[in-house]
Amino acid sequence: MIRALTAFFAGGLFGAGLLVSGMTDTQKVQGWLDIFGDWDPTLAFVMGGAILPMAVAWNIAARRARAVLGNDLPEKSGSEVDRNLVVGSLMFGAGWGLVGLCPGPAVASISWGGTGGVVFLVAMLAGMLVAPAFRARMNRMATALS
Amino acid sequence: MIGSAGAFYLLVNGRVMGASGIIGGLVDRSGWSTWLERAAFIAGLALIPALIRPIYTVPVLTYVTDNLPAIIVAGLLVGIGTRVANGCTSGHGVCGISRFSLRGMSATIFYLLSGGIAVVVFRHFLTVI
Repeated sequence: MIRALTAFFAGGLFGAGLLVSGMTDTQKVQGWLDIFGDWDPTLAFVMGGAILPMAVAWNIAARRARAVLGNDLPEKSGSEVDRNLVVGSLMFGAGWGLVGLCPGPAVASISWGGTGGVVFLVAMLAGMLVAPAFRARMNRMATALS
Repeated sequence: MIGSAGAFYLLVNGRVMGASGIIGGLVDRSGWSTWLERAAFIAGLALIPALIRPIYTVPVLTYVTDNLPAIIVAGLLVGIGTRVANGCTSGHGVCGISRFSLRGMSATIFYLLSGGIAVVVFRHFLTVI
């Protein structure tokens, strides 16, 4: 139960941060991605500002055996840049540029994003549902071709 | 605030704060054993901004295009892409780069690149957005 409360708090703080920083503003996001047009660089500072406290947290985590609530801390991530990472990221970026919403802001803005916001979220959830099958098929085809 | 939320979630709950992973683990049931923690995070993510926005002094606008096929295609791309790549802006971008993860940094380069190309193509050439 405590774990759920702290997760709610973290989600709420994350959502508030997305709202305040402009990450739920689709046109601002598209303006940031629009490097060949009227480029708005401010969101780069948002990302940089988020990375700093997170780097401190990873540093603290490296010196601790367990999280405050007792479970193990996440292990070191792999370093393999594979097909899934590249293809998935390229697909994600294309969708993000097209509408201006990534997963966090899509949920955070759901109460005011209108019909379009709801349709986007439903399509995103559907995409997440079929993603394991998509990944398996893509890798089968790639193996067959090689 | 985004970074503090990620730092809190890491040190207190012991989890990487990646929005697509937290949501996707519920959708495909791969993270079903921690469903309550995931659901609580998502509830906070949806409810707290809903409560803040009316009292926030700066207007918060989220303009989603009227082009319905574009919205559906974009949603599918974001849903499939983040799960196949195992992370999005928060997981790979914020949490990955901050631990100097090669995967996080590479993913960020690839999604920013294709996002930039998507805006150029759809805004400047096809003018659908």
